[in-house]
Amino acid sequence: MKSTGASLSVKGLKKSWGPTEVLTGIDFDIEPGGFLTLLGPSGCGKSTALRLVSGLDEVSGGSILIDGKDVTKVPADQRNIGMVFQNYALFPHMTVAENIAYGLKVRKVAKPVREASLERVAELMSLGPLLDRKPAQLSGGQQQRVALARVLVSERPLVLMDEPLSNLDAKLRTEIRSEIKALNKSLGITVVYVTHDQSEALSMSDTVVLMNAGRVEQVGTPKELYDVPATVFSARFIGTPPMNLLAVADVSLPDGVAASYGNDPADLLIGVRPESMQFPAGGADYSASCRITSIEYEGSVSLLHLTSKSGASFILSHSGDTLPSLEEKITVGWTQSAAHLFSKRTGERVLTSS
Amino acid sequence: MNNRLSIRLAVIMLVIPCSLLVAFTHYPAIQALINSFWNNSSSRRPSRFSGIENYQALMEDDRLAQILINSTIYALGTIPLAIGLSIGMALLVNSRLPGTTLMRLSFFMPTMLPMIAVANIWLFFYAPGIGLASQILEVFGMPSINFLGRTDTALASMMFVAVWKEAGLFMIFYLAALQSVPTNLKDAAKLEGASALRVFWDVVMPLLRPTTIFVAVNALINAFRLVDHVIVMTEGGPNNSSALLLYYIYEVTFRQRDFAYGATLTVLMVGLLGLLAIVQYWVLNRKAHYQ
Ligand SMILES: Nc1ncnc2c1ncn2[C@@H]1O[C@H](COP(=O)(O)OP(=O)(O)O)[C@@H](O)[C@H]1O
Ligand SMILES: [Mg+2]
Repeated sequence: MKSTGASLSVKGLKKSWGPTEVLTGIDFDIEPGGFLTLLGPSGCGKSTALRLVSGLDEVSGGSILIDGKDVTKVPADQRNIGMVFQNYALFPHMTVAENIAYGLKVRKVAKPVREASLERVAELMSLGPLLDRKPAQLSGGQQQRVALARVLVSERPLVLMDEPLSNLDAKLRTEIRSEIKALNKSLGITVVYVTHDQSEALSMSDTVVLMNAGRVEQVGTPKELYDVPATVFSARFIGTPPMNLLAVADVSLPDGVAASYGNDPADLLIGVRPESMQFPAGGADYSASCRITSIEYEGSVSLLHLTSKSGASFILSHSGDTLPSLEEKITVGWTQSAAHLFSKRTGERVLTSS
Repeated sequence: MNNRLSIRLAVIMLVIPCSLLVAFTHYPAIQALINSFWNNSSSRRPSRFSGIENYQALMEDDRLAQILINSTIYALGTIPLAIGLSIGMALLVNSRLPGTTLMRLSFFMPTMLPMIAVANIWLFFYAPGIGLASQILEVFGMPSINFLGRTDTALASMMFVAVWKEAGLFMIFYLAALQSVPTNLKDAAKLEGASALRVFWDVVMPLLRPTTIFVAVNALINAFRLVDHVIVMTEGGPNNSSALLLYYIYEVTFRQRDFAYGATLTVLMVGLLGLLAIVQYWVLNRKAHYQ
């Protein structure tokens, strides 16, 4: 069942429901066999974008190209796209086998072929013993597998997944996460994946499209999003715990940084990831003095919750052996390369450091 | 805190509904059963126990045989018609067409009208020559038909009246069921290449099945329960062709004043309905649920 993936290109995609503009023009591209994730907070328009690509809803503007062909006006059933829905959308009155083979039956695939395909996919997804059950008799993880099997059996070159793991518990989630990734790589299917979970997006994707309020905030590889957040929103959304953003007043900057920033230095926001901060601050380019308000022990690291001079709170992820004590006044520091500078006014990254 | 009812209050609250049930349901039913084993009293002699004489009469009643056939045709005809019409109306009202609120109201209107009023409306509709039905036939160049006056059309005419009256209510149930069908199930089927008709048959209809069974049960009950239109429009005629079981009971008991035979027919009807109820419960329990 080796199927080769399709390429997908979305240009200036817009969608309005009545007067409210839900998507204000988004662009992204995927190579055949790629894994692209639409990431963003709930309500930012991820599902809407996916439904436009699938053809279930009509676009208000922009175009969708699959393998270079404009399919913007092509009906959903002729786009050759598979979709895994958020709550699986299994037909409750059909058995697992009937659910999986439904599409083949609708498209009048001959019965022997249908049964062979069903058998192959059932084995691939280890669903063999469950084929005669109804969806209600399956656990969440098993239902998820059936939903995946239903998409795989049709050998679609492009598969869309809308938060497929959000109803599963943490352990199953990591398990199926790697299964989906493996299917993407071994079968060569192009996957567009939707999630609001940044760690899921970072761990699975080739490309992440970070969305915010109906527009694209940043497009890049997971590493680019983590290392070089383009905006304050990006910086705050990626990473657990997210990046700290401090005002200039709370930080002592290396010489020349403030001066080289053309505008009022008070407009600067200094970003630093909790895991890039050092304590003690010895030899760091940037430093901030603060007070420890609480300590969260997390096994390999401890999260120190800190309060700056001006009362802003931030977090340091501490991996050293020596833990400072509560309420202690300390100085933390970080290097030039760990510092991210943003403009408070525009929310954009400025003065790319290093 | 003590939330338990005092014994006295509990007894009172049990006795009131129970006595209502006994007075208006159980006692008359048992009385009918007893009456069916006695013959009629007259001014000259009192009622006397007659064993199964009434039931023997029932077995030999040719008119009853005809009426049972009528009732069966009537029930079997109105159920699918009511289901089909109410699903059709629900789909129409649930669509994105303009004016669905007005449609909803007009489809539901017949349900709110009393059966007698409905019967009057349809008397005009069926009136030979001047009625709307005749005028429609005329448009197509066909001769006017006296729908209520012919043995081959009277029963069917009654069926249409009943379906017209009850379909509006059933539409409401189907509308609620349609709106609870998850959109993503329809979307999933659509993406698999199913046409709108196919989506309806493969996905929507099976999910409407509990509603369909509910509607079928109610249509069946109505088929035995509603006879006002027969009384007003045809009085069971011509030649018994539109007479139904309940109408026959009414006629025997209150026109012919044959209380003993009326009671016997009532026992027959209660027995039939009980049997149907058992069958329906069995079907409902087996077929209505997926979860
Ligand atoms: N059919 C619809 N009609 C009106 N508004 C809608 C519809 N579908 C989605 N929306 C709105 O569009 C916005 C984006 O929704 P959605 O794409 O589902 O977000 P996400 O999947 O990112 O959580 C939401 O504010 C939602 O209320
Ligand atoms: Mg969504």
